[in-house]
Amino acid sequence: MSDMRYLHRADLPTLFSAIREAGYRLIGPREETGQGGLVYREIDGVEDLPQGVRDSQAPGHYRLVKTGSARCFAWANTASAIKPYLYAPREKLWRAVRKDGRVHFEAVEREAAKTAILGVRACDLAALELQDAHFLQGAYVDPYYKARRERLLLVAVNCTHAADTCFCASTGDGPAAREGYDLLLDELEEGYLLRVGSERGAMIAADLPLQPASAAQQAEASAQSEACARQQQRALPSQQRLQQLDALLEDARWTRIAERCLSCGNCTAVCPTCFCHREFEVPALDGKSTEHWRDADSCFNEDHSYIVGEVVRHGSRERYRQWMTHKLFNWVPQYGRIGCTGCGRCTTWCPASIDFVLEANVLLGLAAAPEVELPHVDGSEAAE
Amino acid sequence: MKPANPYLPWEAEIVDRIQETPDIFTWRLRFTDREVARQYGFKHGQFNMLYLYGVGEVAISVMSNEGEELLHTIRAVGRVTRAMMELKVGDHIGVRGPFGSAWPLDVARGKDIVFVTAGLGCAPVTSSIKHVVANRADYGRLVIMQSVRHRNEGLWEPQYDEWRSLPDTQVLLTASRDKTRWPHWHLGRVSVLLDEAQYDKQNCVVMMCGPDQMMADTSRTLVDLGVPGESIHVSLERNMQCAVGHCGHCQLGQHFVCKDGPIFTWPQVAELMRVKGY
Amino acid sequence: MSAKPRVAIHKFASCSGCQLAFVNMGAELIELTKLVDIAHMAEVGHVLSEDEDMDIAFVEGSITTPHDVERLKKIREHSRFLITMGACATSGGIQALRNNADTAEWMRSVYAKPEFIHSLSSSGAIANYVKVDFELWGCPVSVRQMLAAVRAFLFGVTPPNLREKVCQECKRRGNNCILVTQGAACMGPVTRTGCGALCPSFGAPCYTCYGPAENINVGSFGRRLMGLGLSQEQVLRKFASINNAAPAFSDAAKLFCSEPWMEE
Ligand SMILES: Cc1cc2nc3c(=O)[nH]c(=O)nc-3n(C[C@H](O)[C@H](O)[C@H](O)COP(=O)(O)OP(=O)(O)OC[C@H]3O[C@@H](n4cnc5c(N)ncnc54)[C@H](O)[C@@H]3O)c2cc1C
Ligand code: SF4
Ligand code: SF4
Ligand code: SF4
Ligand code: SF4
Ligand code: FES
Repeated sequence: MSDMRYLHRADLPTLFSAIREAGYRLIGPREETGQGGLVYREIDGVEDLPQGVRDSQAPGHYRLVKTGSARCFAWANTASAIKPYLYAPREKLWRAVRKDGRVHFEAVEREAAKTAILGVRACDLAALELQDAHFLQGAYVDPYYKARRERLLLVAVNCTHAADTCFCASTGDGPAAREGYDLLLDELEEGYLLRVGSERGAMIAADLPLQPASAAQQAEASAQSEACARQQQRALPSQQRLQQLDALLEDARWTRIAERCLSCGNCTAVCPTCFCHREFEVPALDGKSTEHWRDADSCFNEDHSYIVGEVVRHGSRERYRQWMTHKLFNWVPQYGRIGCTGCGRCTTWCPASIDFVLEANVLLGLAAAPEVELPHVDGSEAAE
Repeated sequence: MKPANPYLPWEAEIVDRIQETPDIFTWRLRFTDREVARQYGFKHGQFNMLYLYGVGEVAISVMSNEGEELLHTIRAVGRVTRAMMELKVGDHIGVRGPFGSAWPLDVARGKDIVFVTAGLGCAPVTSSIKHVVANRADYGRLVIMQSVRHRNEGLWEPQYDEWRSLPDTQVLLTASRDKTRWPHWHLGRVSVLLDEAQYDKQNCVVMMCGPDQMMADTSRTLVDLGVPGESIHVSLERNMQCAVGHCGHCQLGQHFVCKDGPIFTWPQVAELMRVKGY
Repeated sequence: MSAKPRVAIHKFASCSGCQLAFVNMGAELIELTKLVDIAHMAEVGHVLSEDEDMDIAFVEGSITTPHDVERLKKIREHSRFLITMGACATSGGIQALRNNADTAEWMRSVYAKPEFIHSLSSSGAIANYVKVDFELWGCPVSVRQMLAAVRAFLFGVTPPNLREKVCQECKRRGNNCILVTQGAACMGPVTRTGCGALCPSFGAPCYTCYGPAENINVGSFGRRLMGLGLSQEQVLRKFASINNAAPAFSDAAKLFCSEPWMEE
């Protein structure tokens, strides 16, 4: 704890300038004015931060609420995690040129910009670790992901306010970040506690007007974190308990879920650990050259399981089952833990308001199925 | 051999092509980069990703790697493969590989060998049949069972005759949809051949490929007949985009078919293959 | 036959918006004319008879008269590859809304001498009458998809046929879902990709231009829209739009028209 220091809120701009001076472009949380909600986008200064804003989340529901607080990080999470900044949802992989009957292949070497992301959450750091395992630590390395990963600076901020959809306490990934950051902040009423997690982080911290953190400030930070964990309404069963899903692959509940699921793939798209993609070709109209691209794909799409003559997972029952069993069960032998870090996005951003955690609990007999299985029909959202 | 960018194909030239049947053709390929050709090596059962300029990639088993040339047998079934059938000798394509797991030909040494194939799924095992035939003395009895829908789909018929004449070798063929019974041919599914096959159930290696259902049914029957599950190997097919464990398309339960497979032991997949649409 | 593949662009009942998209494609149009011979396109003055042999026929518009049927059959006979272009040709278009109405009655109320009008009782998709090799959805079509189809044809392959939902593309573009953030009645979860999630990217709800996606769940989605505050009638109208005669959408419209929706 001795390495904890204090940065007054008025000095927050020094963090911005220190990061900039180190050569990073700065990405941070800000309000998306057109579509609404928070996003990680390029930010110019502290004035872009969502000060005095809280997110209200529920299955299929996300709204920002003004609180008037001076805090800039008193919200839970954004629509998409930091995933798109590493694993791009659309990426050119290589190009080929046809000339004199030959085909020449050219890799697309992309110099990644040094990127700092401010306001990263514990659940997203844990998810990043899983993406690292997938794209970097297997037999083959993804060069595009690697290029960005190596030039990334992560400034995490511990959560103080859980959304109703959050359950990171039950997966053990939050609300406080444990590792994987360069700098870690705790936001207090008056300012920030700051911890250094890497050499890179130390270099930035060296430029800041830091003061020693008092015992009271440190106590305030832990109390906030604990309160945030207690605030969480949902809990995923233990990893051990989730293994029992294996015996439930033919359970009737999958059909009940499929009656509501739209097979739209919003859940996989916002999930910070999902990695699936398809490859495709974009030939120039004249046919003289062609580009090979990849797009983020989803196990809710037919091409995901298409083999000549059949779509193996032909319906929503099979597709939802793939999604949930991959996250909560099959991920374990693949990467040593479940593929869910408790961010709740799949539930919030499901247009059919399907509750992922509830469904897992219902399947395992740990919760009763809701009496009304329809998507929200009470018209309650229309009032807003 | 592992390139820095695992997605980038190498260029290869079609140096020969044989039209095996109206929709099946074989390519002899040569890498244009000699260094690539020299370093390339495959194990029986592995596959390559073959790329057609401007169109896309498909997973195709490596039939053989003779000298510095690669052999692939392809059935024209869809977008990419149909257009591939139109290519001529001298045309160039892209190749990445080899990928995936291999048949247990080392473990199989000294044991009886049983090959079971159905439908069009013979390509992944043909290279190992040829290997066993070429090294006949290293193995025990050899049984080759193949089921096709119609006898005229029996792609390697001249080879069947040749193999049949080898010592301790049975070649059992069946046509599931034909009406007339030809010499050496049975009528019906693979199961009708199992009774006739002679091999040591306790000391054999079974290598199988074909439609999921056929492999699942046959594996279960073999286990019932007393063949240990661990001795049965199946080659699976799933949608493949990257072949390097990244795109997620080839998943079957916990397995990535491109890197944990395509060749699995029966116990690895027995439960998974019981679940329809998994 | 000339060395370049011959392309015809035919028009039936439609607003010509798809052909306009074609004409407005810019520099690529010049490139295109180097690759193919645009032999017939009435809009720009190239007019040949339907009896001319073509490699690719793009067909815009729906079939609404007995004469259309005859013309279309001729076109099919003389075309190697027939591609429908846009919502009208592919599903019958917005004008297919009249399929549920009493056309004879309409005719009497609109025309002084209805006996001179030769019209079918329905506005039909091209595929209702002849074999279609490839469908380009959209209102209007995306030029990018159209060029990709021509390129694929020149390579000798069928064009890629992606049938995923608009949501997929919306998410790739990094949008926040407006159904979730605003309760907007966005039709993305039932609509086929192709537009690049144009409307939601500008904060406007998707309104089904590209027709139904694969494996859609219209019952659940319609109920969800009612949960957002739409009436049953409004839900019906959401489906009964540009692609109202596409089977998945006309089924949806029926579902939210006659049946009491609360009953499971
Ligand atoms: C490990 C493995 C080994 C194979 N070995 C051979 C072989 O030696 N000879 C042979 O003829 N075929 C083989 N196949 C099957 C071959 O990959 C498919 O027939 C081929 O991908 C069909 O592509 P298409 O574009 O012509 O068909 P389409 O139906 O147009 O398919 C579109 C796309 O879907 C994907 N896809 C479709 N079917 C399959 C499939 N069965 N497996 C993987 N991806 C698929 C491909 O990306 C394909 O381009 C093998 C498949 C696997 C997985
Ligand atoms: S499964 Fe859902 S809650 Fe878990 S990490 Fe993915 S989006 Fe978040
Ligand atoms: S299979 Fe589905 S759940 Fe698993 S990573 Fe891919 S998209 Fe996500
Ligand atoms: S669970 Fe929800 S977000 Fe996921 S595919 Fe189904 S409807 Fe879409
Ligand atoms: S805004 Fe519309 S298209 Fe985009 S994710 Fe939401 S429902 Fe789908
Ligand atoms: S083919 Fe991409 S993960 Fe197996």
